[in-house]
Amino acid sequence: MPPILELDGITKRFPGVLANDHIHLTLEQGEIHALLGENGAGKTTLMNILYGLYHPDEGRIIVRGKPVKIDTPSEAIRLGIGMVHQHFMLIPVFTVTENVMLGEETLTRGIFLDRAAVAARIRDISAQYGLQVDPDAYVKDLSVGAQQRVEILKILYRRADILILDEPTAVLTPQEVEELFKVIRSLVARGVSIIFISHKLKEVMAIADRITVLRDGRVVGTTRPAETSPAALARMMVGREVILTVDKPPARPGDVVLDVNDLHVLDDRQQPRVSGVSFQVRAGEILGIAGVQGNGQTELVEALTGLRPIAQGRVTILGHDTTRATPRHILQHGVAHIPEDRQRDGLVLTFPVADNLVLNTYYLPPFARGIQIDERTVFASATQRVQQFDIRTPSIHTLAANLSGGNQQKVIVAREFTRPIQLLIASQPTRGLDVGSIEYIHQRIVEMRAQGCAVLLVSPELDEILSLSDRIAVMYRGKIMDTLPASQATPEKLGLLMAGVHTEG
Amino acid sequence: MQIADTDRPMWRWQGALGVLALPALSLFSALVLSSIFILGSDVVVLTALRNGLSDPGRALFAVGKALADAYGSLFIGIFGDPARISKEVSEFLATGDTQGLTVAFYPFAENFVTATPYIFAGLAVALGFQCGLFNIGAEGQIYVGAAAAAFVGYSLEGLPWIVHAPLTFLAGALAGAFWAGIAGFLKATRGAHEVINTMMLNYVAFNLVHYLLNGPMKRGGASGAIPISRNIVESAYLPTLFPEPIRFHAGFLVALLVAVLVWWFLFKSTLGFEIRSVGANPHAARCAGISIARNFVLAMALSGALAAMAGAGEVMGVNHNLAEGFSPGYGFDSIALAMLGGGHPLGVVLAALLFGTLRNGATKMQSLAAIPIDIVAIVQAFVIMFVAAPIIIRRLYRLKAEVRWQAILTRGWGG
Repeated sequence: MPPILELDGITKRFPGVLANDHIHLTLEQGEIHALLGENGAGKTTLMNILYGLYHPDEGRIIVRGKPVKIDTPSEAIRLGIGMVHQHFMLIPVFTVTENVMLGEETLTRGIFLDRAAVAARIRDISAQYGLQVDPDAYVKDLSVGAQQRVEILKILYRRADILILDEPTAVLTPQEVEELFKVIRSLVARGVSIIFISHKLKEVMAIADRITVLRDGRVVGTTRPAETSPAALARMMVGREVILTVDKPPARPGDVVLDVNDLHVLDDRQQPRVSGVSFQVRAGEILGIAGVQGNGQTELVEALTGLRPIAQGRVTILGHDTTRATPRHILQHGVAHIPEDRQRDGLVLTFPVADNLVLNTYYLPPFARGIQIDERTVFASATQRVQQFDIRTPSIHTLAANLSGGNQQKVIVAREFTRPIQLLIASQPTRGLDVGSIEYIHQRIVEMRAQGCAVLLVSPELDEILSLSDRIAVMYRGKIMDTLPASQATPEKLGLLMAGVHTEG
Repeated sequence: MQIADTDRPMWRWQGALGVLALPALSLFSALVLSSIFILGSDVVVLTALRNGLSDPGRALFAVGKALADAYGSLFIGIFGDPARISKEVSEFLATGDTQGLTVAFYPFAENFVTATPYIFAGLAVALGFQCGLFNIGAEGQIYVGAAAAAFVGYSLEGLPWIVHAPLTFLAGALAGAFWAGIAGFLKATRGAHEVINTMMLNYVAFNLVHYLLNGPMKRGGASGAIPISRNIVESAYLPTLFPEPIRFHAGFLVALLVAVLVWWFLFKSTLGFEIRSVGANPHAARCAGISIARNFVLAMALSGALAAMAGAGEVMGVNHNLAEGFSPGYGFDSIALAMLGGGHPLGVVLAALLFGTLRNGATKMQSLAAIPIDIVAIVQAFVIMFVAAPIIIRRLYRLKAEVRWQAILTRGWGG
């Protein structure tokens, strides 16, 4: 049987970049084919070509044995190819049924839409593929995982059987990832073929039948999980040996730097999100805060950095009471902050790299003389830091928006780590980054610890918490369930605590 | 990776110059479209067209003549009458008499007189844009500034020019800063949207001036019911730089100087850095320790001060008194003008020259070619529409998209 889909010598050039270089890829019926590569390796470009959003400069696309030309997404869907984007294309105030029928309002009774008929088909498909979705629910009320199932439903509803999932796990909690994998397996069992785009090694090892690795727009190789290892895949992706485990000397904790005492924080709707949290972080140690996203970590970090008022309790940094301090005062006490949403909170995307590098120091000497910014110093410092932190940018005058995610994060790291800091508050510092950048950021954080900086690391990624932390606190529903030394923490123990289960001994 | 030292931060200027292609093409398209209205309002053309089938040559001639008359008089309104200019120049060369010369160059000089308030008000709105604020209240701030300048201008006497004129100008600016600062303060502390507040403050300002001119500031013994203030003392004048009747005054030069100052402030000072950060991404600005509330108040107050300078300039340089309706909507036009100028001081100066020129030329279009002044308003409206919907112009002329400035300008409504 011929492969259900074949890409033959696909080449796509953008000005100055060869995004795809003679890529060859086959997808068999009922196969999960993982496309692995760092950000910027050309995965998304390739899939956009397949989905009719870009046109290849060279090469052929062969679907079910026939060469085809895909000019628009609707053409792709007609050929049975559907795509779930990383960012969902759903209308929150519409119901699941309305979202599914959107753009395909073919079922009508007279001039009215036949919602009931569509809902019935959705129930059929749900039952058939094990996708639990209530057709009458409003999308805004659904969890992220459920919204993703709606996206998949939209595709199945249009009778597509080749599914492209673009970084589908990036927005999911570990539990939701498990559910997604179940759905994927049941889809495949019913003959659907799947291209699974990811840069996460473990996931790819767990779910894929075959793995194709892309680097710099070229296929590096195709392999099977049984024939490879995470380390070997990382080497293929990055093109060099990657250290997946962080090498760190034993901690030598010093004085208490951050002292949090009975902290209570409310969210924007005045609901308690942090309820009576107390902990200390000492110089030279990393305290990891684990927990499923949405258990108060965001509000905790915002409260500590002065971005959100503290309802009750006390925060002390190096002996200064910062409970009511402004963000600027807290920064001036030697606190560095790597925010969880770097594009929203960390950078001004429409500013050049140089300006972003002085975003919180522009008013201090040597960058300012009185109220005049000394551009020469700003540029010289930017040039120096771009080199020191290996920020890949055409120039210090390039807008931050034009950098890759990893390099954007490096700009933030370069900005924060070159100030005299004694406390680092890092919130999901490697979210959405590729292996090479993760390795880099982790090394830098461990370096700061070695220099005697206190580090508070907040992350829903257990691997990250386990490999970096000296002590691990688990947050659940705004409270700290328990704090363990890293030596006693196992994924199982932490997993139970993250689910709110208290274990003794 | 290479960091070229030669790669200077030219984008700031390129940003301003790059948007030039767009206004130019917008203007061209607007003139083409306006032709339809000019022709449609011309009785001769309409009659000729009705008989067009029997006599196409005549119809075509009528169309051509109508357009030539209209745009010809626009040209004369803007640059002056070429024949008259050459005659007066040769007469000047022969006799050394400047009297005729000033009359010939009067129309051209008027462009700059009209452009002056546009520059101030355009800078005001542009500075607001840079902080993500939409100052709809420039018109009201112009009136408040004019009232304050007029008061200081006529009530202080015996001061030397070097003291009185700057003091008068400053009084106007401070009044505008206070006026717009109210909206900034409400936004910063209560989250009240500045669009609503500046708009409402306009009405307060108009009616305040109306009250003042019919009460405390009314010219003593003014002829009947005319609401007009006393004339300001001569020591508060912005001096005219050419002999009568040319009205070109020092305000234009002040406006250019202020434009340079605003550019320096926005792009070279720490305060401007803060304002632009807040405008471009308030979340990141806040995380970096920048006070959003403080910058909202500061940017709004500065914006109001700039707008008020337009009013003070008119009082000190042109009218020498305060009268109701002295501004034909400079403040409202300046919103579109600031957009046309891409929110950049250089762009604003160029756009202000365009607006001043159009408004000035329009007057002649009306008197020479008997075209209603509304048609000129239509031309302006088309220019603005094409600028506001750049995608039309880009499609039409296959320009490449320039994303940067758009991002800033459209943030204004985000609140």
